[in-house]
Amino acid sequence: MNRLYRHHLFWPLAVLAALLLFNLLYSPDFFNLVVRNGHLYGSLIDILNFGAPLMLVAIGMTLVIATKGIDLSVGSIVAIAGAQACLTISKGADQNAWGVVLSAIGLAIGLSLVLGAWNGFLVSATGIQPIIATLILMVAGRGIAQLITSGQIITISSDRYGYIGIGSLAALPFSIFVVAAVFLLVSLLIRRTALGLFIESVGCNPRASRLIGIRSRLVLVTVYVFSGLCAGVAGLILSSNVASADGNNAGLWYELDAILAVVIGGTSLNGGRFYLAGTVVGALIIQTLTTTIYMIGVPPEITLVVKAFVVLAVCLIQSESFRKKIVQRWKTRRYPAEREVARHV
Amino acid sequence: MFNRKYLPILVTFGLFAFLFAAGSFRYTGFFSFQVFLNLLIDNAFLLITAVGMTFVILSGGIDLSVGSVIALTTMISASLVQEHGWPPGAVIPLVLVLGSGFGWLMGAIIHYFKIQPFIVTLAGMFLARGLCYVISIDTITIDNAFYTKVAQTKIHLWSGTSISISVIIALAVVAVALYLAHYTRFGRSVYAIGGSEQSALLMGLPVARTQILIYTLSGFCSSLAGVVFTFYMLSGYGLHAVGMELDTIAAVVIGGTLLTGGVGFVAGTVFGVLIQGLIQTIISFEGTLSSWWTKIVIGMLLFLFILLQRLLSARRQSVKA
Repeated sequence: MNRLYRHHLFWPLAVLAALLLFNLLYSPDFFNLVVRNGHLYGSLIDILNFGAPLMLVAIGMTLVIATKGIDLSVGSIVAIAGAQACLTISKGADQNAWGVVLSAIGLAIGLSLVLGAWNGFLVSATGIQPIIATLILMVAGRGIAQLITSGQIITISSDRYGYIGIGSLAALPFSIFVVAAVFLLVSLLIRRTALGLFIESVGCNPRASRLIGIRSRLVLVTVYVFSGLCAGVAGLILSSNVASADGNNAGLWYELDAILAVVIGGTSLNGGRFYLAGTVVGALIIQTLTTTIYMIGVPPEITLVVKAFVVLAVCLIQSESFRKKIVQRWKTRRYPAEREVARHV
Repeated sequence: MFNRKYLPILVTFGLFAFLFAAGSFRYTGFFSFQVFLNLLIDNAFLLITAVGMTFVILSGGIDLSVGSVIALTTMISASLVQEHGWPPGAVIPLVLVLGSGFGWLMGAIIHYFKIQPFIVTLAGMFLARGLCYVISIDTITIDNAFYTKVAQTKIHLWSGTSISISVIIALAVVAVALYLAHYTRFGRSVYAIGGSEQSALLMGLPVARTQILIYTLSGFCSSLAGVVFTFYMLSGYGLHAVGMELDTIAAVVIGGTLLTGGVGFVAGTVFGVLIQGLIQTIISFEGTLSSWWTKIVIGMLLFLFILLQRLLSARRQSVKA
């Protein structure tokens, strides 16, 4: 029992379970799943589908944070990738042609890789603090996205492109498979090869890692490129889901939600240790929370307040010193006389 | 002998002077004292917030809630003055106390429960922004006599130049902050905690009190900035000052303060704010740039500036070694 309690996934899963339990008590329909035209429908599927971009971005963010970095530019990369893809498709003669859709995807992914590499270059080669290095692209990126769309919202109609966001495979949303594939690939790479160890080592001490022969710069560039790639794919899913690209608002606040998911998952912002599965659970918690808030009919204005309290509660529960203090208070309240005696003896 | 620790702040000042000179050569009417004063008038609230943020960053922390606290302050002020008819003399002290209390609470949570400042202040940001919408989702315009009077009052200096009351408040905050940072025990403790919290604790410094005070100070500064912002906008709105936290952090960093803590000056922050204002001014003088180009140019300048600073500090390290 103690081992279970100490497992890093215990608290995130407990919170997720508590949220789901609340939903079950509040409206039993929450867990209903219906099959219509070969698609599975239901709140749980919605959470997975709408949470897919956040999960992707958060997986990329986990690796960046594991190297003691942070990537503030993911929201902007989401916007840029979506804008580029929609622009390419809207210019195509036949928006549904394979060539057009594939080149749109290719261009967007290529662009996000370049942007990730730019972040990685800034952090590794010039030694600028990650929060500032990525702040540059966060500020400029929104401008670039608007530059691509000429400041307008590009609407497209392409079934083949739309498949990424709303299509379904084996009755489940296609986006879930994308997330699962990325998650499995990364898990294998970091736990079956030495890559995970390298990342953790660089996160603990980049200089020491370099001295023992790890090419810490290459590792840094790799994680930022990967984070850019994840954000780019998330941008594709988001823009294909709504069949449009909005340079100003696509992916707004994604960086904060992603960082939140990583932290809720138990990864410390101080680098050196990371939990991929925890991050995915963290992203699911955030998405479930959002869905729950909408479902119980809280006015959307109060969403942020509820979110703030839940974030704080999750972090407090995870905080060792908070738990100790609460337990101590509880004990002193329970046995004040004995304590008093013990102190004087 | 010239002390090398002043080099980053000299670079910041030099860049400000260079940008100002470049603007003056490029645009007619740029080179005037009033353009400089306008920088202060338009950025008084940013200056006040950034001063509070400097202390937070010097101690190795970060405060993401400042923009939201500003918005919340404008919202509470506007709602109380406009819809409930409270006198401004009661509202302003109240919002300052509320802002300080908010900062105190975040500081206490950060210190006693050992949660990262990034997360606690992020929650604070959500909370303050959400509370704005709880009050109202629309703009509340202020037409209270006191507020409009303060907003329109101009203090005339020599030869036709003038400043606003907000500038006086901002300069007073800077003066107090300079004193706090360099001539008080509190300031010493802030630098020591930023250098190494553990060492500060072992030296017997009041780490708990200082850390909580730092966030209280930042909360106070952002609510004061909110009051100034209310004078500036004459309205309360939940979307005021969106993204201000990043502007503030950028200003502090451009001012030469290291995000890892322990190194930096309040005076640098002043020039960091002025440089940001100058970039905006130059873009508005240029006139032909679209709104998205503004963002790209600010990003590029931020990049150039940080790179320059990085190169200089790298040279400094090699000199030391």
